[in-house]
Amino acid sequence: MMILLKRPLVAALFVLSFGAPALADNRIDVAAPFEIQSPEPSTSGHIFMRMGISETLVDADPQGRLLPGLATDWHVSDDGLTWRFNLREDVLFHDGSAMSAAAVVNALEIAKGKPGPISGLPIAAITADQDAVVITLTEPRAALPAFLAESRGQILAPAAYGPDGQAVAVIGTGPYQITELTPPLSLRATAFADYWGEQPHVPDVSYTAVSRAETRALMAESGDADFVFNLDPASVTRLSQSDAVQVMSVAIPRTLLIKVNAAHPFLNTPQTRQALSLAIDRAGIAQAVLRYPEGADQLFPPAMGVWHNDDIDPLQYDIDAAQALLAEQGWTPGADGILARDGQRFALTLTTYPDRPELPLVAAVLEQQLRAIGVDMTINSTNSSEIPAGHQAGTLELGLLARNFALIPDPIGTVLSDFAPTGDWGAMGWDSPELVNLARTLARGDGTDADRARIGAILQAELPVIPIAWYQQTLAVKSGIEGAVIDPWERNFGLAGLRFAQ
Amino acid sequence: MNMLISRLIQAATVALLVGAATFAMMRSLPGDAAWRIAAGRYGYDNVNTAAADAVREELGLGGHWFPAFVQWMGDLLRFDFGVSLVSGQPVIAEIGHQLGASLWLALAAIGLSLLIGPPLGILAGLRPGGWLDRGLLVVSTGVKAIPQFLMALILILILSVQFGWLPAAGYGAGRHFILPALALALGLAAVNARIARDAMASIAAMPFYQFAQWKGLSRRQVLWRHGLRNVSVPLLTYLGLQFVMLVEGVVVIESIVGWPGIGHALVHAVFARDVPMVQGTALMLGLGFVLVNALIDLAVTRIDPRGAR
Repeated sequence: MMILLKRPLVAALFVLSFGAPALADNRIDVAAPFEIQSPEPSTSGHIFMRMGISETLVDADPQGRLLPGLATDWHVSDDGLTWRFNLREDVLFHDGSAMSAAAVVNALEIAKGKPGPISGLPIAAITADQDAVVITLTEPRAALPAFLAESRGQILAPAAYGPDGQAVAVIGTGPYQITELTPPLSLRATAFADYWGEQPHVPDVSYTAVSRAETRALMAESGDADFVFNLDPASVTRLSQSDAVQVMSVAIPRTLLIKVNAAHPFLNTPQTRQALSLAIDRAGIAQAVLRYPEGADQLFPPAMGVWHNDDIDPLQYDIDAAQALLAEQGWTPGADGILARDGQRFALTLTTYPDRPELPLVAAVLEQQLRAIGVDMTINSTNSSEIPAGHQAGTLELGLLARNFALIPDPIGTVLSDFAPTGDWGAMGWDSPELVNLARTLARGDGTDADRARIGAILQAELPVIPIAWYQQTLAVKSGIEGAVIDPWERNFGLAGLRFAQ
Repeated sequence: MNMLISRLIQAATVALLVGAATFAMMRSLPGDAAWRIAAGRYGYDNVNTAAADAVREELGLGGHWFPAFVQWMGDLLRFDFGVSLVSGQPVIAEIGHQLGASLWLALAAIGLSLLIGPPLGILAGLRPGGWLDRGLLVVSTGVKAIPQFLMALILILILSVQFGWLPAAGYGAGRHFILPALALALGLAAVNARIARDAMASIAAMPFYQFAQWKGLSRRQVLWRHGLRNVSVPLLTYLGLQFVMLVEGVVVIESIVGWPGIGHALVHAVFARDVPMVQGTALMLGLGFVLVNALIDLAVTRIDPRGAR
């Protein structure tokens, strides 16, 4: 009986094992951590943008300068309220239909009705005017074009949306069109013959979502993936020594930081927050955990250009100074080595999330470093939403997170939502009327670089968030593939620019 | 026939229990569901109050548990699993896709484990105390002691990175099956081999087996006619129990090799508080367990009709 049972199994395994021939490779296989939920731009649009399937009206170069995308140029009225985006001519969607102004208005209206950067804009109306789209605002917003460069503002054909506005297909305008979409883990795409721009060199691309960083690194090393996005620090070190791949990294506008509840009775003075900051050995964390040469000495990384302030006093590591500041605040060491004041132990909970594998590791190091100055920190590694939910409920004490200041290619969007005066992922229980004014002035378009520098200085002095490290984006590209660039704004993998070496 | 009816009743009970238990568990988990779902949909960079509010409004979350429970059980009776709160796709379609992927992986793993474990176990059981028997005890204990995630990583390092024979991860082509199936199969085979060995050793020591040899049959004929059939009964019975281990392994292995299966889906759904997906996948796994055991009962009754009523 056993033997009889085995035969079909042998046959099945034989077919499974050898049925598919090894692929002759003229395809770039991408592996990245992000899962595809559905064709919906508000949840998975960033993947379609990165893969070159969909596009936005406005594009951005690696320096964050805005470039023409599906709009060739844009102009704003003198009062700053009426924006006119002239559309590129002869652009076709992947279903062959023409990109009309009406189609663009439709896509933007739908995006405006869903959570995302566009829904937060003071938009009065979006209308079509011949070959242009006109957006009228209720108050000036100088960064409007940058908001339209974000993936959730991608332009899909009217046929891509169901009656409820949810996308049912990804019918974009990009250099690649989807041939197979298999949520949650994969998609395949091929070059779009009628693309308005230059044809991509590589005819076929595929995307695989692989959530574990170790697995992605192994896929790069074994040659299963040609383009692997987001490597863990340990794998970067190992892959750098491999001949099979080239490892690339670039500083990006993302900062690892501690969000502090400044309304908490232990944390409501700048001196206490400075003391916590002084207790953090940033160089140690950067080198040992993240494998970066240095930590952050202010909130905004050099990758953010004019927002980075060279004249600011850098954050220091000085345990004695930290202890002195805490003593001034009335904290004295208790019997267990933990500081106490009025009978209360200096005990706090730090909330973080494992979606980014380095966060719990950094949290563990922070626990040790804060204990050295007598602060008892408990780590709660949980769902990422616990941080903004705790912010809303007022229950969060400390949050360790990786904040992306480049959600749109102009950091003013994130600065406004995080620090003017507080925000789900930014300051908590904190208010600086001066900063709020500066940020609003910049958002209107009336501000200067000096205002940006001043914002950096206020945040450095008050520390509503405590910066720890500036991120590097890393990727591994198979040797023999040329033309890879890393987009610090995390908008595009640049697949259309890749080519196989001859 | 009696057995089928009792299995059907069992399936209905499992469905009710799983439905009620997942409902209770999802309700009693800490954290606000709207926030969790928003995080699952939009990711950590984009989950904020606006997103959570939009989710809460869209899904009408936060009502009393009782009407929600009645509706869920009612939907269940009509085989209506609803739509995933995260992806907005029908749960039944997602499960169909994922269950298929997991099923093939599980079948490949069981197939491989049956090719590896029982033949070695039978050979060892024919000569208890021999070098193969002692060696197999050490090897199978060692293999069983390696956690499945570690086994998968070891196999990836050896077969993919070192020799480049197999893809490290991925899904779609046949060659993607081998590595995860092998990682699962080695653990199963380690136990299979022990079961087969003990069964074979005890059967070989029985008078009827001795008699078969004494009446002049060759060792091969004895094994073929009187050994295998008897060994296969405990082996098959145990296979039903191994299904639990297999599901557990599938959950781990799927996330390591990026396999779009039901285990992977369940983990993500729990994390994102995607209640319909959790209920649907848990229900499928529960019913799958009943089905597998029913099939094994049928097979065992055919092989060994003595116990049949």
